[in-house]
Parts: sequence; C-alpha cells; structure tokens
Amino acid sequence: MDNAQLLISGLANGCVYGLIALGFVLIYKATEAVNFAQGDFMMLGAFVTIGLTNTEYMGLPFWLALPISLGIMGALGYLLDRLIIRRLFGESQTAVVILTIALGFVIRFVAGLIWGHEPQTLENPLAGKEVRFGGLVLGMEDVAVIVVTVLLTWGLYVFFSKTKLGLAMQGASQNQLAAYYMGIPVKRVQGFIWGLAGVVAGIAGILFAAKGSVDPTTGLLGIKAFAAAVIGGFGSLPGALAGGLIVGVIEPFASRYIAAGYSQIAPYALLLAVLIFRPHGLFSQVRVKKV
Amino acid sequence: MRIVFKTDYMQDIRPWKDGYQLSLYLILLAVVFAAPWWLDAFYLGELTNVLIWAIAGLGLMILTGHTGQASLGHAAFLAFGCYANVILIESGVPFLVAFPLAGILTGIAGVTVAIPALRLHGIYLAIFTLALSILMDDLIVLAEPITGGVAGKYMGGVEIFGHLVDRWGTPEQFYWLVLAVTVLVTLGYINLLRTPLGRSFIAVRDSEVSAQAMGIDIARTKTVSFALSCAVTGWAGALMGLYAGAFNNETFSVVISIQLLMMIVIGGLGSIHGAFLGAIVIGFLPQFLSIAKEYAGALFGGGTVAIPGLEFGIFGMILIGFILFEPMGIYGRWLKIRTWFELFPFYRKDMFKRQKSYLKTERLR
Repeated sequence: MDNAQLLISGLANGCVYGLIALGFVLIYKATEAVNFAQGDFMMLGAFVTIGLTNTEYMGLPFWLALPISLGIMGALGYLLDRLIIRRLFGESQTAVVILTIALGFVIRFVAGLIWGHEPQTLENPLAGKEVRFGGLVLGMEDVAVIVVTVLLTWGLYVFFSKTKLGLAMQGASQNQLAAYYMGIPVKRVQGFIWGLAGVVAGIAGILFAAKGSVDPTTGLLGIKAFAAAVIGGFGSLPGALAGGLIVGVIEPFASRYIAAGYSQIAPYALLLAVLIFRPHGLFSQVRVKKV
Repeated sequence: MRIVFKTDYMQDIRPWKDGYQLSLYLILLAVVFAAPWWLDAFYLGELTNVLIWAIAGLGLMILTGHTGQASLGHAAFLAFGCYANVILIESGVPFLVAFPLAGILTGIAGVTVAIPALRLHGIYLAIFTLALSILMDDLIVLAEPITGGVAGKYMGGVEIFGHLVDRWGTPEQFYWLVLAVTVLVTLGYINLLRTPLGRSFIAVRDSEVSAQAMGIDIARTKTVSFALSCAVTGWAGALMGLYAGAFNNETFSVVISIQLLMMIVIGGLGSIHGAFLGAIVIGFLPQFLSIAKEYAGALFGGGTVAIPGLEFGIFGMILIGFILFEPMGIYGRWLKIRTWFELFPFYRKDMFKRQKSYLKTERLR
C-alpha cells in the first residue's frame, strides 16, 4: 500500500515534468531548437495565475483567471518568437540554446521583482479535497494533474499526426527550405508553436502551483524535465510524457530505498546512462546523417 | 591604412602579423605586469579574479569556440582541478608539481567524459554536460572523506621555492603567479591554433562531414580537444580555489558552468581575445552595478536598495542583446570597428555577413 501511495505521488510529479518536457518537444519538433527557459516559463505561468487569482493580488474567480492566464502565456510565447527568436532564423542551434538560458535568467529576475522571492501557493477549488480509493488517499490536485496531462498529451499527439497544421509543423522542422517550397508559412508556424508551448507551460505552472508552492527558482525544475525529454527522445510527445513519468516515479522510490545523498542523483544518473547507451532516447528517431 | 607586405611564407604562420602588432602586445604585457604598482589592493584582487576567469574561458574556448562542442558543464572540471590541486598539496606534493599535475589529471577526467560524449551532438551534448555539472556537486558531497563534503576545504597559501604565496598576505605575488599561468596558457593556445591539430579543431567545428572527408579522425580530434580544454579549465579551477581560500561543493555549482559559457559568448566565440573580454565583463559587472546603484540612489534620493538577482537579470539582458545584434561578441564588434578604420573609405556593411543556412533535421519521423 505504501508503494502504491509512492507510485501515485511519483506519477503526479512525473506529469509535471512530462508537461515541461512536452513544451521542449513541441518546440523541438517544429523548429529543431530547444527552449532552455521552458521551466522558467512554467514558473511564470504559475505566478501569472497566482497574481490573477489569489486574494492578496487581484482576487479573480479561479475559472475566470484560468483562460486569462493561459491567454497571457500564449501571447508571451508568441511575442517571444516574434520579437527575439525569429531574428535568429538561420543561426545555429547553440545560439538559441544560449539565448533561452539568458532569457531564463531574465524571467527569474522579473518574476522576483513582481511577486517577490517567498514561496506561494495557488488558491484553487481543488485544494484540500481528497479521493479515497481502496485504502489509498489521493489529493484531488494529484488526480487533476494526471488527468489533464494525459488528455493534453493525447490531444497534442493527435494534433501533430492528424491535422494539416500539425503535419505542416513537422514538415517545417524536417526541411525548412522544402517546406517553403510546399507553401508552408514557416515563420507563422514557428510563431504558433511558441505560443502553444507558452500555453502548455501555463498549464504546467497552474497544476504545479496547485500541488505545491512556487518561487522564482522553481524554473530550475526544467533540468529534471530535460531528463524526461531526453529519455523520451526529444522528438516524441508520448515519449516526453513517458520520460516524465519514469523520472517522477524513480524519485520517491529512490529517496525511500537508497541512502540519502545517493537518491537525489538518481534522475541525473539515469539521464547520463540514457545519453551514453541510447544517445537519441528510448524512442529514437534519428539515423546516421548521409551526404 | 596599414599594409602588411608578405615576403616569406613563414609570415603567414608566425604568431604575430608584424612588429607593430607584436610591440602592442608586449606593451600590454608590461602594463599588466606592472599592475601592482598602479592599482590598489582591492582592484588588484579583482584583476586577479578576471585573469582566473580568463584562463577558464580559454579552456572552454578550445572546446566550444574552436571545436564547436557546447559544454554547459565546465564547472565540474573547475571543481576537479581545484580539489585535485589541494588534495595533492595536502598529501605533501610541492605546489610546483601539484599544480601541473592537477591540470593533467583534469585532462584525463575530461577524456573519460569525452569518450561517451563523442556520439552526442549539439543540444544533447549540452544536456549531457549540464547533468554532469549537477552530478559533480552531489559527488563532492558523497566523497566526503576526500573532499570534506559540505564543510568544504581550506587552502590559505602555497609555497614556491620556500616562498609563501598567499591571496591575502601577498596579493602581488599571487597576482604574478596567476599572470604567469595566463601568459603561458595564452601562448600555448596561440601555438595550438598554428598546428595541424588546431586547424583540425576548426575543421570539425565548421563541418564534421567535410572534416571527415579531409581525412580528420573526428573522434580523436574531439577527445584531444576535451583533454586540452579540461586541463586548462583544471588549472583555472586550482587557481580559483587558491583565490577563494575556502570552498565547498557549492563554489562550483552549475550556475558557474552557465556563466562560463555565456562569458565566452559575450566576449566572442572562436577568438582568444573573446575569453579575456568576456572575463572582464563578468569580473567587473558586480562592481559596476554596485557603483551604478549608489549613483542612482544618490540621484533619486532613495538609499541603495538590494535587488536580489539583479546581477543575473542584467547579465541575461546583455547576453540577449549580444546574440541578437552582435553574435560575434565584443571581439567581433572590435574587429568591425578596426576594419572600418583600416580600410577607411572602403568598408562595406555586409563585410562580416555570415551565410545563413536553412534547417534540415536528422530525424526521420
């Protein structure tokens, strides 16, 4: 029973990692770049919602604040691409990596300026409610996190593999020039995907802030989400979720069964092992480059 | 407008272009060597710090700037060099032996990291090294019997030929020690870039496929690059430990890794000057900010307020500005200005324009 409880809380944590990893994968899938600030985006999404909902700030009703904050995050993602990332069109991937790391510093600084450095929780209608299920006690927030993540991953997966726009995005990432020739508006597609990644980060942030507390350094969680994305293979949406769940489940079990000090290195050790033995993830999509 | 007449093939491969350039650098060296006489103790310490960061930047520049392998984990090698140096000295090895040995050991550690990392490209390598840097932090805590764990270690001064060199007691001597290492590493770097090895680094950076077609052993080149880069970084780490005096696992956190990479980007990737210019920005930014804050406080009447994270926020903004408007860094900007003057009426706007490439993935699905 103990293990089942650990498993559930691990799954709920893993879903948050999975959601951040989804953000990485979305952007990677459509633009072949990695947004190292995705974790900070999540933190920002959490703080925007807290700023709208919590009584000491604006005190809007939760269900009204939800679409507003997701809209704000989407707009921020789109503007980020429009104003900054688009200027790097044609530069190397490393430039985007360094740019987004710098962006993470700036977002952390701005969030600290606006909302302070104290940990805060989101006031939400699910807080404190529990579900009892055959001897297991589950927080409503944990259940919500798992349900929302699974639905979102499924929805995005269908979007990418079935809809015209999703296929256009895949095409734009695989060969930009050919995509232009086929009449795909590559730049607009790229702007859209950054907006979408902003919304996903917003959802992750809301779920995370409902489960626990956030402060400006929460974004560093993104590093664990890297482990999730790498395990999943960086190009696969279900892979990202699976990777997130693996990392999330390993953590509580490691801290329970492995000596203290060794347990927190478990996710990173797993990350290194995957990179060494399966460099392109468990769900690999890469073949050797041919000329 | 200055014209260099080339009358000999050796002129192309000499480390300096002409006597004019050589004399400029000799004057710079003399001025820097005399720093203890024209700087007060505080700024001498800051200058020492800048030189140490510059050595670390040179180390990373070999790997990232010249071989094109972005590393977000060089703080791990700084830590390795620092601990190796101190532990060797504590076990009775004299500094003059322990110091070079610390760098060599770090280089060997770099090779063991390079071998699994050889198959990784771009983003994957960045994430691999990032994880490595986080792991190093935990490993130092776990290896407490050797490293002192969270309590850390303390190393006051070192003895060179029976003469105590200490950061606080004898800042001048410590400064000259750091300067000597800087000069040696820089000369080595300049020489490296003239050798076939250095040229093959650049070839690997520009295109792995065509480097391979030219007969370069990519795996070997990358491994050697890792080894040299980590050795230099290890020396910087050893000096950093001596400079800080006391250090523990958090001295070399992952933030230092990121800062180091950003530093060489601001300075200018792929140039020796870039490491130094970036180090100057990193070293003097905190001082500059505190002076600016005092000035602003006096101007608007309010006292000086501490804004947490300000330094990193400003740093991030500077970096974003550079990537957007001057991807070649401070050194790139200087090159443009100098070329403008050298070619006075003939400079064109697109002279330094780089060719952009369209993205093509390696994924199949």
